[in-house]
Amino acid sequence: MVDTVVFLVAAVVILVGALGVIFSRNPVHSALMLVMTLFGVAVLFVAQGAHFLAAVQVIVYAGAIVVLFLFVIMLLGVDTAENLSSEPLAGQRPAAAVVAVASVGLLAVLAVRAVQVSTGAEATTLPLDSERSNIAVLAEVLFTDYLFAFEVTSVLLVIAVVGAVVMARRPRPAATDELEDDGSDGDDLGVERHTQTEAELA
Amino acid sequence: MTGDPLFADGFDWVVLAILVAKAVIGFTIVVVGVIFMIWFERKVVADMQNRIGPNRAGRWGLGQTLADGIKLIFKEDLKPDRADKPVFRLAPYLSVVPAFLTFTIVPIGGVFTGGNDGGVELFGRRTWMQVADPPVGVLFLLAMSSIAVYGIMLAGWSSGSKYPLLGSVRATAQMVSYEAALGLSVVAVVLLSGSLSTHDIVAAQAGSIFDWNVIATAAVPFVVFCVAATAELNRPPFDLVEAEQELVGGFHTEYSSIRFGMFYLAEFMNTITMSAIIVTLFLGGPAGPVLFGPPLIWGTLWFTLKLLVFLFIFVWLRATLPRYRYDQLMDLGWKRLIPLSLGWLLVIGAISIGRDAGWNRPLTLVGAFSLGVISWAALIGAMRVAKLRRGGDEFGELSTATERVG
Repeated sequence: MVDTVVFLVAAVVILVGALGVIFSRNPVHSALMLVMTLFGVAVLFVAQGAHFLAAVQVIVYAGAIVVLFLFVIMLLGVDTAENLSSEPLAGQRPAAAVVAVASVGLLAVLAVRAVQVSTGAEATTLPLDSERSNIAVLAEVLFTDYLFAFEVTSVLLVIAVVGAVVMARRPRPAATDELEDDGSDGDDLGVERHTQTEAELA
Repeated sequence: MTGDPLFADGFDWVVLAILVAKAVIGFTIVVVGVIFMIWFERKVVADMQNRIGPNRAGRWGLGQTLADGIKLIFKEDLKPDRADKPVFRLAPYLSVVPAFLTFTIVPIGGVFTGGNDGGVELFGRRTWMQVADPPVGVLFLLAMSSIAVYGIMLAGWSSGSKYPLLGSVRATAQMVSYEAALGLSVVAVVLLSGSLSTHDIVAAQAGSIFDWNVIATAAVPFVVFCVAATAELNRPPFDLVEAEQELVGGFHTEYSSIRFGMFYLAEFMNTITMSAIIVTLFLGGPAGPVLFGPPLIWGTLWFTLKLLVFLFIFVWLRATLPRYRYDQLMDLGWKRLIPLSLGWLLVIGAISIGRDAGWNRPLTLVGAFSLGVISWAALIGAMRVAKLRRGGDEFGELSTATERVG
């Protein structure tokens, strides 16, 4: 009973948020709607007993990634409604239509063939191990069986950070005196924010 | 690892009633706490500056906050023409709600010594003395502090005015930066306690004063956490967000009436909550000696006393310290606090692994610390070299830093 109510409320929140992302005219509103969707998904995770996943969802996605989106939107000054009558990037709209039809088709197939298509396992809300918390089990698996993948991921993030820093660095003042005050501060800050968020993820 | 025993026998109306009662009591504690905290801050700052402070409304001016609150409610609520109306209205709530939600994971009492697990009996049910005990505990704190960023960020943006926007951009960068140091210093505590749940962290610190995490982690994560928490709260000396000489009033310049009051409320709620979190994570929460009478009361009493010490320290900092410059702030966060807490975490990790594996203890300590010092030296050296390569003179670092900040 409680589960059903929680699911229904969360589903409504997720769907309203998702539609809001698409239909909002203002990019900042879209980003906020995205946060709403992420929260709905986090609630569903909690309802399934995946507390850690829910917390990470809020910390990483809502707390870091969407904040980064908002930063870019605010600092680059694109926070006004855009004229959508002309296509900004040629070929995007037909491609979007194809992807949309394909996704709907996929979902329809899943819905018709019902359950167990996606992973082959039944949905479960039981903890992995009745003695310990899910977090302990997750940590153990992450640092034993999947240690290599875990470390490789962290190296990937470090590479991203280093790359962003290299790209964000100004050329030496001695070589390019005329570039001293080109007023590109906004861009700089945007890129720097990116590196900070990546560092946080790592 | 069982969580709140309240839910052990399933869910019924009694459980629901206890939950609602706990939430209401928790909220009341925080709001009443804010009312007195504002009065306390004004009085203490006044004393430190040789003034009298509020003394008109009620005895010793105790009713001043209440009077201010009523005044704010009845004031005209202005909305700027260029404001983004829905977001402008939403932002104050986004500040207040996380401020309260964080308080829900703080255990405000309970007996943890002598085989007790900190539970209290209520209508035949056992429960902890905290509103909620989620299994992710401390992560919930970090999640809420990352949500709190939205309130400030959106308030500044939606005002449609440049000073609030600058204030909120500063605030967001500051809060996101210090969250990393905050999180890393918490990890040291989690490592020692072996659990994320605040209840388990407090239970692990019960006993002697040497079990308190401030001593068990050798004070460094505690100091880092306190500094990072002050920055998260945007309180002096890290209050660049509302540097009135530069930004008028910061992100809430355009807010008036009770909407401004809500930001004010959130700020003080956050101060109380952060102090409570510091006490919980590092100072054993309700741990303390029982002198006479029922031990349950002493737990809450010790908790309140420790809380008051930190509230006083926050006021003290505000009354005495000048504000940090922006590049100094970022320097402190990224180049000092984060490497320090990361290095300390590795040392603590090495020591606890050594304890489990039975390594030679002094040797482990010496090895871990010398590795830490070597990496610290390498880091400082790398920064020096980078500065030299940039051709930085004495002012080189300052000018590039301010340029970068824009």
